[in-house]
Amino acid sequence: MISKENDTMTQWIDVCAADALEPDDVIRFDHEGQTFAVYRTSDDAYCATDGLCTHEQVHLADGYLEGRIIECPKHNGRFDIMTGAAKGAPACIDLATYPVKVADERVLIGLG
Amino acid sequence: MSIRRIVIIGAGATGTAATRALRASGFDGALALIDGEGETPYERPALSKSVLTDAADPPVLLDAATIAREAIDLVSGIPAAAIDRAARCVTLANGPAISYDRLLIATGATPRRLTLPGAERVYYLRNLADARAIRTRLVPGAAIAIVGGGLIGLELAASARRLGCAVTVIEAAPRILGRAVPARLAAAIEARHRASGVAFHTSATIASIDGAGLRLDNDAWIGADAVIAGIGVVPETALAGAAGLALDNGIAVDAAFATSDSAIFAAGDCCALPHRLFGTARLRFESWRVAGDTGACVAATLLGVARPFDAVPWFWSDQYDETLQIAGMPQFGARIVERATGTAAPMLFHLAADGRLVAAAAFGPAGAIGRDIRIAERLIAACAHPAPEDLADPSRPLKVLLRGTVAA
Repeated sequence: MISKENDTMTQWIDVCAADALEPDDVIRFDHEGQTFAVYRTSDDAYCATDGLCTHEQVHLADGYLEGRIIECPKHNGRFDIMTGAAKGAPACIDLATYPVKVADERVLIGLG
Repeated sequence: MSIRRIVIIGAGATGTAATRALRASGFDGALALIDGEGETPYERPALSKSVLTDAADPPVLLDAATIAREAIDLVSGIPAAAIDRAARCVTLANGPAISYDRLLIATGATPRRLTLPGAERVYYLRNLADARAIRTRLVPGAAIAIVGGGLIGLELAASARRLGCAVTVIEAAPRILGRAVPARLAAAIEARHRASGVAFHTSATIASIDGAGLRLDNDAWIGADAVIAGIGVVPETALAGAAGLALDNGIAVDAAFATSDSAIFAAGDCCALPHRLFGTARLRFESWRVAGDTGACVAATLLGVARPFDAVPWFWSDQYDETLQIAGMPQFGARIVERATGTAAPMLFHLAADGRLVAAAAFGPAGAIGRDIRIAERLIAACAHPAPEDLADPSRPLKVLLRGTVAA
């Protein structure tokens, strides 16, 4: 696997202050017409996926995060936030994932 | 006895979930799925919404590639005609019989029918053919009468309004949604429909129907180009009953789906089962997720390890851009605690007499209510006794209440 970290095409976009996202929490982040969900797990890993459920285009950041699984607030579709994999009906299409890093107390998402 | 041949009757949410779960758990014997309907197995929730409003095809439950990969013998378009318990085989309507070591009945439910003069003109919504027939009548400007202010009737009302129809809902009870939804939320839902131009007649009984409309018992006349009824469903028990299986408001099963025949199991809308959270009487759930959950759960039992169904029942109903969600069983509550959500109606928590949380219900945009309903579902599963003041105070995150609970 090619590390996104070293991909010179990746642009690191500022999301929020690191402490604005609590452990076991998710926030919505909009950038240039796209919406993302950015997560901090209970063991302090950060990650990001597409922001809308692949089933009916609802913001996943309004959903419930339990461990590595985000549940869509509308129909309970579930996804693994680390891999984007759809984990339960009615969601059957995976989410895209994006690299996230923390630098200088800021959360950054890698796009492009 | 080794289990080498499993037959499933019904290719809805339950039957297809069971086939997937059987293969996922390593069952490599013969697996036949009998689908009398003859469509590619599909999701029903879309039938009252996008199939009507966007002429969309419903999402597919089991596509041809999966059927081939998982080696599922799909019998499509030929209903099961009889179960021969002595010979352990299912006879198809066109003659052949399929033998089983274990049989799963997942025949679902059928709409309850009106019986009154003109009833033959009434449309019902259960399957894809029904939805296609109804779609031809929902043309802009058409007057549509919907009999029954339940979930299906109201979803139909919202879709018909979206398509530009004039909609009247006729409900026999004093209020809509009497069976499954707390009055406080039903009022908010009715107000939402009225704001979109839906007319309601409650405590209204229909005397007769003709090609121009329907007449109520009080002699009032409601003009209608088409009449659609959503007055509940009855479990589809004909095959089971004819085979002599015990019935109890559905095919009678225990918590792990066993019928009165040790080789036959039943799951989904066709059966009634006890649930560890809600007493000992058998219940019917009639929801999409429970249908799928039970289908996945029964796979273990079919393979010889009885696994009781213990997931918290949950359903949604999308109407306009809002959604009703209920986790648990409100009818087991003794008191209601309200929590403001910033939407038109509060979230309602139903507590049993001993303070145990048995249900949570809300209506509003999914993003405003979905997360807290999810958390409530976990509290219900854990038999939590949350403090009413914590539930009532929107400044106290529900998630905190989950700490210290252990999933039972």
